[in-house]
Amino acid sequence: MIAEIGLAALWLAFALALLQLAAGVMAVNNPDTPLAALVRPVASVQAVLCALAFGALLLLFARTDLSVSLVAANSHSAKPLIFKLAGAWGNHEGSMLLWVTVMAIAGGLIAIIERRLPERTMIATLSAQAFVGLGFYAFLLFSSNPFERLPQPVPEGMGLNPLLQDIGLAFHPPTLYFGYVGLSVAFSFAVGALITRQVTPDFARVMRPWILGAWIFLTLGITAGSYWAYYELGWGGWWFWDPVENASLMPWLAATALLHSVSVLASRDALRTWTIMLGVVAFSMSMIGTFLVRSGILTSVHAFAVDPERGSFILALLAIYIGGALVLFALRANTVAEGQRFSIVSREGALVVNNVALSAILGIVLLGTLYPLFTEAFGVKVSVGPPYFNPVSAIFVVPMLVVLCVGPLLRWRHDSMKRIRPSLITVGLAVLAALAAALIIGGTDLLPFIGILLSAGVAVGSLLPLRGRSLRRLPLAVWGMVVAHFGIAVALFGMAADSAFTQEELVAAQIGQSTTVGPWSVTLDDVEPIAGPNWTALEGRLLVSYKGGALYELDPQSRNFWTPFQQTSESALLTRWNGQLYAVIGDDAGQGRWQLRLWWKPFVTWIWYGGVLIALGGFLSLIGRVAVDLRRRSAERRIAQRHEEAVS
Amino acid sequence: MTAANKNKRFKAKHQRLVLVVVALIALIGAGLLATWALRNQASYFYVPSEMLEAPPAPDRAVRLGGMVQTGSIKTDDDGVTIHFLVGDGKETVPVAFSGIVPALFVEGSGVVAEGHLRRDGTFQADNLLAKHDENYMPRELENMTETEVKQTVAETYQ
Repeated sequence: MIAEIGLAALWLAFALALLQLAAGVMAVNNPDTPLAALVRPVASVQAVLCALAFGALLLLFARTDLSVSLVAANSHSAKPLIFKLAGAWGNHEGSMLLWVTVMAIAGGLIAIIERRLPERTMIATLSAQAFVGLGFYAFLLFSSNPFERLPQPVPEGMGLNPLLQDIGLAFHPPTLYFGYVGLSVAFSFAVGALITRQVTPDFARVMRPWILGAWIFLTLGITAGSYWAYYELGWGGWWFWDPVENASLMPWLAATALLHSVSVLASRDALRTWTIMLGVVAFSMSMIGTFLVRSGILTSVHAFAVDPERGSFILALLAIYIGGALVLFALRANTVAEGQRFSIVSREGALVVNNVALSAILGIVLLGTLYPLFTEAFGVKVSVGPPYFNPVSAIFVVPMLVVLCVGPLLRWRHDSMKRIRPSLITVGLAVLAALAAALIIGGTDLLPFIGILLSAGVAVGSLLPLRGRSLRRLPLAVWGMVVAHFGIAVALFGMAADSAFTQEELVAAQIGQSTTVGPWSVTLDDVEPIAGPNWTALEGRLLVSYKGGALYELDPQSRNFWTPFQQTSESALLTRWNGQLYAVIGDDAGQGRWQLRLWWKPFVTWIWYGGVLIALGGFLSLIGRVAVDLRRRSAERRIAQRHEEAVS
Repeated sequence: MTAANKNKRFKAKHQRLVLVVVALIALIGAGLLATWALRNQASYFYVPSEMLEAPPAPDRAVRLGGMVQTGSIKTDDDGVTIHFLVGDGKETVPVAFSGIVPALFVEGSGVVAEGHLRRDGTFQADNLLAKHDENYMPRELENMTETEVKQTVAETYQ
């Protein structure tokens, strides 16, 4: 029954999206028709129905209803409840349902909340949102129905891929999806503004919180995904330039650029068409990411089902939406009036550098990600990895970060380098200090070396906007910028330090044998079998001490799951403020020895602390913007009230 | 109006054009750079017979894929270095690897080794990719020779 309710809700939502689109299209050039009043309520009801469908799926998974094909294929009654629920989106159909649910809710929210834009632009925006939603509804209903029943209920489910049985799964996909799909709002706003040709600072202010929100989720999703891969896969790496990772990085790059250009548009009424373009590109990257991940064109733990029909379906959607938006852009871009001008040395100028560099990096990542698919069409199999991505993207990352050191100090419209000379000297001194330190420690490759210098410069440069200002009266949005930029310095330092100073040790150790890795001494104390709810494991007990200090225990495991059968290696981590000790236990190496792989990774945790700081910065800025907006609204209301009182 | 001012006005008027040109140059530059780097840095995939026929340069990162030959895995005295043969049904290439092997790395099963070909003809692997689970195997293994596809498919869906 629940499955049928879910399916019915999904069909109804599909029908409402159709209605929303039709009403919107008819009303956009004819705002007096009664249809215009229909668009907003329909959008909100559609969101409720979609949420209902998703709730039904959650309930089916919570109860492990084995008469539903999706549950039978991906769940198991012996799983802990949290993984049963997370299993609802740990598969193709469920994750696509999550995608449309988030999208419908985002559409419903703008329909309810947003009152600042001209109604025509809102109608055009909501129609665009419905149009994009329709494609994904159709995809779900016609080729990936999550509510399909089995002819015969099965006695037991097939279980969930053990790699996915982790608390990370409960949060990682929803977080990324909020980001991916949040960008659909920016896309719809951009399309709406193109249709009505109203690209104004107001439009940018309306769009900005949505971009910020999506960007915060993307940042958190990428940070969490990176940490998850780091400790779950047991390879000691935190970023693999895997196509699936790139699929989440590309929308982030575009959203970061958009975030900065939308600020220029909101504050200075410049970069109008460019901002629209980025709005289209950002969501296109979300869709390309979804296509790469979900079509089965890439085989990875993220590609749940290899099904060419689904791949073609998503590719068709991609072509319609991206192609359509670009055509609209080409037709309309010229008719958007040119915005305010600015000189090269100005806040706008620095942000243009940021935007161009981010777009170039985006292009580089996109080409690197698609290249193997392209050559494969000609029968040549290649893989593209760090030797390509690291140096080539660095060519644009480095100048961008150099500009980041000083950009926030510049004034809008027009400024001179002379005015900010003391700040330039401060940043220069920080870089020199880092240079001296790096030379004394020595032995690093070029890229990590540059990374360490830049992180010092960015760290100091990001704090300089605070100088000479009352910290208590500083707007939250400025705090947000400072924190996010400082987070970039922290993350960059973590990345550089990890690749420069990591030490690794691979041994076959007997029980009682000791070894060293970096400043740590590690003793294999014991290896014993243990059992969990749906796995058995061999657990090693390592006694470790940092520079001869206190003893800590680390327990890496080699686990065997049985539903479905799979072996995974559970690494054990010991975190200090200045780095992490990472231990993995491998196979029996014969003669009573066990394989141990140990890494000492100085400052590696700073990568994720930095990521969290970046997201926190976004969050502060979001709160600041929304608070200012609410204050302005209530002030406007009071003025209107007083006006009425005075009149009466 | 001074000439400098006039010049400024002229520049400002064409700001949009200038910005577009700057952005285009940067993006096209990035594209060219990327294409050039991709040709040099992409790591090519070989099966053993291709590797013997046209060996890659010793410093070049490549991938080698095939079946781990039955009875070929030998562990060195250090307990962490292994040697094995990878075959494609026609030829075999010896591979050396130090580290913890992936869970489903077993004789008679598919593997993709990332690394480089040493001068002595042994493939030095930095990383081994085996099937992670029954639904996931390295994509390069998907179209090996006919028999191996059948074998892998049989393994995959048994």
